[in-house]
Amino acid sequence: MEFNRSQQGSEIKTREFDKMDFFKFQERIALSNCGHINPEKIEEYIGRSGYFALAKVLNEMSPQDVIDTIKKSGLRGRGGGGFPTGMKWEFALKSQNDQKYVVCNADEGDPGAFMDRSVLEGDPHAVLEAMAIAGYAIGASQGYIYVRAEYPIAVERLNTAIEQARKLGLLGKNIFNKGFDFDIDIRLGAGAFVCGEETALLASIEGKRGEPRPRPPFPAVSGLWGKPTIINNVETFANIPHIIRKGPEWFSSIGTEKSKGTKVFALAGKINNTGLIEVPMGTTLRTIIYDIGGGIPNNKKFKAAQTGGPSGGCISSELLDIEIDYDNLLAIGSMMGSGGLIVMDEDTCMVDVARFFLEFTQEESCGKCPPCRIGTKRMLEILTRITEGKGTPEDLENLETLAKTIKNASICGLGQTAPNPVLSTLRYFRDEYEAHIYDKKCPAGVCQAMASYSILSDKCIGCGLCAKACPTDAISGKVKEAHKIDAEKCIKCGACIEKCKFGAIVKK
Amino acid sequence: MRSLEELKNLKEKMDKEIALRESKGVPTIAVHMGTCGIANGAKDILNTLMSELKERNITDINITQTGCPGLCHSEPLMTVTVPGRTPYIYGKVTPESVKKIVAQHIVNNQPVAEFLVNLD
Repeated sequence: MEFNRSQQGSEIKTREFDKMDFFKFQERIALSNCGHINPEKIEEYIGRSGYFALAKVLNEMSPQDVIDTIKKSGLRGRGGGGFPTGMKWEFALKSQNDQKYVVCNADEGDPGAFMDRSVLEGDPHAVLEAMAIAGYAIGASQGYIYVRAEYPIAVERLNTAIEQARKLGLLGKNIFNKGFDFDIDIRLGAGAFVCGEETALLASIEGKRGEPRPRPPFPAVSGLWGKPTIINNVETFANIPHIIRKGPEWFSSIGTEKSKGTKVFALAGKINNTGLIEVPMGTTLRTIIYDIGGGIPNNKKFKAAQTGGPSGGCISSELLDIEIDYDNLLAIGSMMGSGGLIVMDEDTCMVDVARFFLEFTQEESCGKCPPCRIGTKRMLEILTRITEGKGTPEDLENLETLAKTIKNASICGLGQTAPNPVLSTLRYFRDEYEAHIYDKKCPAGVCQAMASYSILSDKCIGCGLCAKACPTDAISGKVKEAHKIDAEKCIKCGACIEKCKFGAIVKK
Repeated sequence: MRSLEELKNLKEKMDKEIALRESKGVPTIAVHMGTCGIANGAKDILNTLMSELKERNITDINITQTGCPGLCHSEPLMTVTVPGRTPYIYGKVTPESVKKIVAQHIVNNQPVAEFLVNLD
């Protein structure tokens, strides 16, 4: 049987990818091949000009040329820090040593973030090619990809890609007959959040406990086994072949004055179109949430968006029109982070959000330095107390003091940024903290301990379903008469609301 | 890989393969298999697709897998590309809808509007 090739059926019109609402505001560089090529076939990557950047670098450019190109492009680290990539490479080039290393940080740990995973699964060769280019630029012959063991498909496709590249001689000895050797191996991470921090990551590759150390010396001077090492994030690497092929001017024509190119975001939370997007730097949050993301489900109101995961901060509704780039986000007390973007609607309690993120960093704190180990614990205790309705006015002051101390005194980025969710919610939603502390109320109705349930006597028909559902017998009343809740007995579990078919039970 | 020429030859070979497919009008069906797609059942989709095509003895068709195109809210996704036409992106597909898509779109050239996510 043959595929029917007649022209009928053409009355059903579809749109090209880039004309769809979801894609038309996007500009896909790092994700350009994701969803379009078979990641397990190197030929398909080559078919889309893959490995031509490596060929160009080896045939036409000196290591310094490569670094100048990357510097000129304005590319900054996409893992969150935003350090200029070209400068990092130049430090490593200038560090004299018999052995240097290129490391790819694929230890993606922010809750709700999956940018790196998608690139590794959808276009693994882009990362391999970029690492080889980096190796040539700094004079390294060995690369490591540090990837989470929780990403089995990414690991599998990376392994396949490395095998294929070795087979074609795109990794290994004397690549393109230019006397350049470069190979890549994979190192699996066990899933500790702190190992996304570069010095902890290096310790983990060396087989030591994943703990950070103070910098300097920076890894570009003394990294893996004491040798000069550059560490770049997956998305940073995925941009490199495009910059080499299309030129630094092309790249720097995209984005804002100090943040060039695009940024990949993982849209999650209260948003209709959850997914993975890549937009030019300088795109507004409004465009991302409403035009690309399709708005908030059930017509709820937008309350805030969290960027930078547990290290970042929230962006409130007044700032919806801010152009997203590294510097603007820092100025409003958040940070770019690696690209997690969690959208929250009016039903979200910002104190509870701060508590959630701090619970995460507290659990992931490696424990090496006291400000982070003990400080985050104390902050979490205060936040928990506030959400339980036991907060005191001094708590806010103590939170701020602790936050500043932890930021200033912690060894690594985990501790230095851990207080950010608390500080930024205090900055934009202080009234919510105050309502919890002074009025013992949670305005969003999230914090169970402060909720109070009552029955509207005009709506209650006395069916008794709520009383049956109540685990503490707090509801009483005669059949066909309005029931009542005994606040003393009520444990605020919400079981009654779920059972009531008449909307007669309210939670405040 | 010993030279740029060798790489160029490989690319040309790929280009020719695609051009040949286009000149013959061979359609491509891509099942998007990132972790997100697979978690939503993309492996079942691929298996159902293969067995449906085998049962109907349809061979002049290119079946492939790709990573995630980003539309996680519509996973699992399957894209049918017919040379000379805009792609047909099917979202939230189930083994049942795959059978329907094969019967209607692939055999009878009638795209199934109800599962399309890129209707104009």
